[in-house]
Amino acid sequence: MSNSSIAETHVSETIMANPTKHWLTICKTSDLVKDSGICALIEQGLEEKQVAIFHLPNTEKKIYAVDNYDPIGEANVLYRGIVGSIGDNIVVSSPLYKQHYCLTTGKCLQAEKSIDVFPARIIDEQVQLFV
Amino acid sequence: MSSSLENIIKKQKVVVVGNGMVGHHFVEQLAQLSAANQAIEITVLSAESRLAYDRVHLSEYFSGKTAEDLAMTDEKTYQDWNVSFQTNAKVVDIDRVEKNVVTESGQVFAYDKLILATGSYPFVPPIPGKDRDHCLVYRTIDDLDDIQASANVSKVGVVIGGGLLGLEAANALTALGLKTHVVEFAPQLMGVQIDAGGGRLLKEKIEALGVQVHTSKATSVIEDGETCRYKLCFSDNTVLETDLILFSAGIRPYDNLAKSFDLELGERGGIVINNQCQTSDENIYAIGECALWNNFIFGLVAPGYSMAKVAAKDIIGEQASFTGADMSTKLKLMGVEVGSIGDAHAKTAGSLTYTYENQPEGVYKKIVVSSDKTKMLGAVLIGDTSEYDSLLQYMLNAIDLPESPETLILPSSGEKPSLGADALPATAMICSCHNVTKDDIISSIDQGACTINDVKTCTKASTGCGGCAALLKNVADTEFASRGVEVKKDICEHFAYSRRELFDIVSVEKIKTFDELLASHGKGHGCEVCKPVTGSILASVWNDYILKKAHLSLQDTNDTYLGNMQKDGTYSVVPRVAGGEITPDKLIVLGQVAKKYNLYTKITGGQRVDLFGARVEELPPIWQELIDAGFETGHAYGKSLRTVKSCVGSTWCRFGVQDSVGMAISLENRYKGLRAPHKIKFGVSGCTRECAEAQSKDIGIIATDKGWNLYICGNGGMKPRHGDLFAIDLDDETLVKYIDCILMFYVRTGDRLQRTSVWMDNMEGGLDYLQQVIIEDSLNLTDHLEQQMAAIVDTYQCEWKTTLSDPEALKRFKPFVNSSKPDSNIIFVQEREQIRPATKDEKATKVLLDTKISQIAEEA
Ligand code: SRM
Ligand SMILES: Cc1cc2nc3c(=O)[nH]c(=O)nc-3n(C[C@H](O)[C@H](O)[C@H](O)COP(=O)(O)OP(=O)(O)OC[C@H]3O[C@@H](n4cnc5c(N)ncnc54)[C@H](O)[C@@H]3O)c2cc1C
Ligand code: SF4
Ligand code: FES
Repeated sequence: MSNSSIAETHVSETIMANPTKHWLTICKTSDLVKDSGICALIEQGLEEKQVAIFHLPNTEKKIYAVDNYDPIGEANVLYRGIVGSIGDNIVVSSPLYKQHYCLTTGKCLQAEKSIDVFPARIIDEQVQLFV
Repeated sequence: MSSSLENIIKKQKVVVVGNGMVGHHFVEQLAQLSAANQAIEITVLSAESRLAYDRVHLSEYFSGKTAEDLAMTDEKTYQDWNVSFQTNAKVVDIDRVEKNVVTESGQVFAYDKLILATGSYPFVPPIPGKDRDHCLVYRTIDDLDDIQASANVSKVGVVIGGGLLGLEAANALTALGLKTHVVEFAPQLMGVQIDAGGGRLLKEKIEALGVQVHTSKATSVIEDGETCRYKLCFSDNTVLETDLILFSAGIRPYDNLAKSFDLELGERGGIVINNQCQTSDENIYAIGECALWNNFIFGLVAPGYSMAKVAAKDIIGEQASFTGADMSTKLKLMGVEVGSIGDAHAKTAGSLTYTYENQPEGVYKKIVVSSDKTKMLGAVLIGDTSEYDSLLQYMLNAIDLPESPETLILPSSGEKPSLGADALPATAMICSCHNVTKDDIISSIDQGACTINDVKTCTKASTGCGGCAALLKNVADTEFASRGVEVKKDICEHFAYSRRELFDIVSVEKIKTFDELLASHGKGHGCEVCKPVTGSILASVWNDYILKKAHLSLQDTNDTYLGNMQKDGTYSVVPRVAGGEITPDKLIVLGQVAKKYNLYTKITGGQRVDLFGARVEELPPIWQELIDAGFETGHAYGKSLRTVKSCVGSTWCRFGVQDSVGMAISLENRYKGLRAPHKIKFGVSGCTRECAEAQSKDIGIIATDKGWNLYICGNGGMKPRHGDLFAIDLDDETLVKYIDCILMFYVRTGDRLQRTSVWMDNMEGGLDYLQQVIIEDSLNLTDHLEQQMAAIVDTYQCEWKTTLSDPEALKRFKPFVNSSKPDSNIIFVQEREQIRPATKDEKATKVLLDTKISQIAEEA
């Protein structure tokens, strides 16, 4: 519980501090896979960013978005990991070497690494990211 | 300084001659006892070329164990214990006045205490011709190497001597593929341990297994043979042709050292010892098979261990004495169970016997009781030793017999009086090899042992002959239960169950999805441990398509994408090539597909072809082409059957005796797709040359001229293990039946990611137990296991085929939900004319010789 509220403050601060960013519609809810991930490509100018979006309908936040790049395995694979919980953390386990990344804080539970977390929401059957 | 110097001077020198099982046990005991005060210096002199090994399990050398597996110690361990040692160091001289010994090479070692643990040697009767080539004995690893070499150039083998060791040797010869005979001088087999009735039945059973038994035969000479290398001529003028002769006509103590140096010997050999195991020279001890106590030589390892312990204690000044030992034995000879307890021949005055014989079933049981019918004196069991443990306990602990003692051996028409662990007194001997009593087990649990394995490690119980495993488990489990000890075997934080328990829950409660299981038996949201385990269990029990919506999120990425993820996030493509047999046309298709999609191509260690570097979005079109050409998924990604490796076999090979390729293909097709705790590999070889390396596989099959030998639970990989010989000369049908049952039993009871090798190593009762479950159906389970397997075989589907016809499933094979661009971080460079993933540096400097992307663009 405490973890998710920290994450929420973190998220709202990001939104406040980035007036240039906006909510971008990625896909429909029917494109999501229950208890699993899909990947979105965000193109901003020449920059490309891959975002892994997970749908866990039985958890409080239901939808989570993090960087798709696994900094330990050094490949764009995180959306293909298995999701679940470790203690109170909602996590994805990297499909390459199985480290857990917390989906609300981006922290790796086994190493001093972390990944970006993106605000995500569902509005009118639309899946949106704040990027 | 001066005090440590004193210590050195005062050190007591203990020299041990012989490093057999008993000599080693002595070293271990003394090293432990003297660990606290370093005042003892131990030197071991061994005549053999290696340090102590497990002679009791010597025969397993022929079923795959290596010298290393049999080793009881190694150089490092002795060094850690500060024990000096020499191998190839036969002692030839003792100077009892100067107190030193001299080895063959002339080295001299001074002693304060000398231990003779020289064991015994096989007795070879003085038959003319006994020294010719291919006349061998069965005692050391070197002997076994000689037997193997001789068997390679022989067809028929004879064992002279039908005692316990002779029958074991006969078993070995059969396993080596020889037509085997046993020649016994006495009118019956195993005359020392069992009575005439038992001997008769044992002979029948052994002959039914294809070994010919010739009793009441005295060999008078070994001559050149006519059809074989040699001819044995018997005193009754009959003859027997053979290529190899193995003498197993009893053992003789190695007492020659004692003989030359005037230590007291028994009339028929053996170094006389007292209750402290001292010889007639108080500074010289004798232990093990060279020692004669109370005019008796103990030819078993357990009494030797007791002597070793007594001698070690005596040397450091602790009270101890050897007071004899029980000679009861239980063993399995060529699959025939034999047990002998106490006074098997009813020699005690006034003793009474009860006998039960069931000839059709091949069972013989006899108990010998005291004249007042209250105490057990001895027993003989042939064909079924399930009552051995309790009968032995009745005898050893003088427990009062039930009113009708015969109920102990009669087939249960009602409740059989059972002797539970609770009924045993605290002093009951549970493991005679290591002298472990019920009390010792309880105190090990008091001191914190909380699994059977802990108890084994603490007490060493069940690490000798292994015969006490079931009783040990019974006693320990009863004790655990009475303390409410819960053994933690949870697979992860979400389920307080082992894989095996989850398997039972899923099958019994007919659970079909992970969500149901989590809601009813788990907590939290699951993880990468419990989800794939559940996915695998659901697949084994219900055999649903693994990418069915409800199961999708449970699968590891390899199962989700039906390919193995590589380091850069691409996948490999491995079509099934059953048995390694492939037509030229199909081979061409593999080449064409690899070329079209620019995939790195390699022949795998599993006799098939792996195509690497496919992006997720390329997987469906690649597989479509493969399936159109008649390929199927190879399950290289699954915890499931991988490959059945074959050799070319009798179809082409001049040595082959069965069609190994045909068998491999049919087995691969039968078990493909079966989900299991871990991957499963098979090998099928067409003859004993074993070109398919079947003994390193989970299931290994080697052709014989009569059928197939089945080896199980082998492993290559991280910790290689040779398979155990499970059954011999099986016909096709029985072979498949056994494999069905073994695999299904593994699927039900294996732990997560436990290969069959580790599963076997952790199984209570080991190979014997599994043979009972599968061959003798002791759990009444095989029908069920066969049905379960049949259901899986019948519902096989090629997962790639199903996926390609399911648009919903295909949606997963897009890199991005909102774009059709490829992942720009996947970059290849060329090496040896094929692609490979670019390294981080290569990506950074963008010195990209030939990226796959540009190549595809060019082609387009
Ligand atoms: C491709 C191949 C190597 C090759 O180029 O020859 C291979 C490749 C991999 N092996 Fe293997 N093994 C391959 C034959 C073997 C063999 C040889 C054999 O099967 O005869 C062994 C030893 C035999 C054995 O298993 O007992 C072998 C023992 C392992 C092990 C260690 C297993 C063990 O019990 O210790 C692993 C790790 C594991 O499974 O946990 C492993 C795991 C792997 C994985 C799956 C590692 C991974 O997760 O990426 C590799 C990826 C396969 C892929 O991408 O397709 N591979 N691997 C071989 C595929 C054979 C096939 O046609 O399916
Ligand atoms: C095939 C087989 C199966 C068996 N099965 C069982 C069983 O199921 N249960 C059971 O209880 N027992 C069994 N036994 C018997 C058991 O192995 C022996 O009781 C036990 O090994 C005796 O140990 P030991 O140390 O006294 O003698 P050994 O193990 O024979 O060791 C004596 C060692 O001393 C060496 N040596 C001899 N002379 C000299 C010298 N002058 N200088 C230096 N070294 C010397 C020898 O080379 C040998 O290495 C079996 C034996 C065999 C061969
Ligand atoms: S195992 Fe036997 S049959 Fe098979 S190839 Fe080798 S020699 Fe030939
Ligand atoms: S009785 Fe032999 S190991 Fe226990």
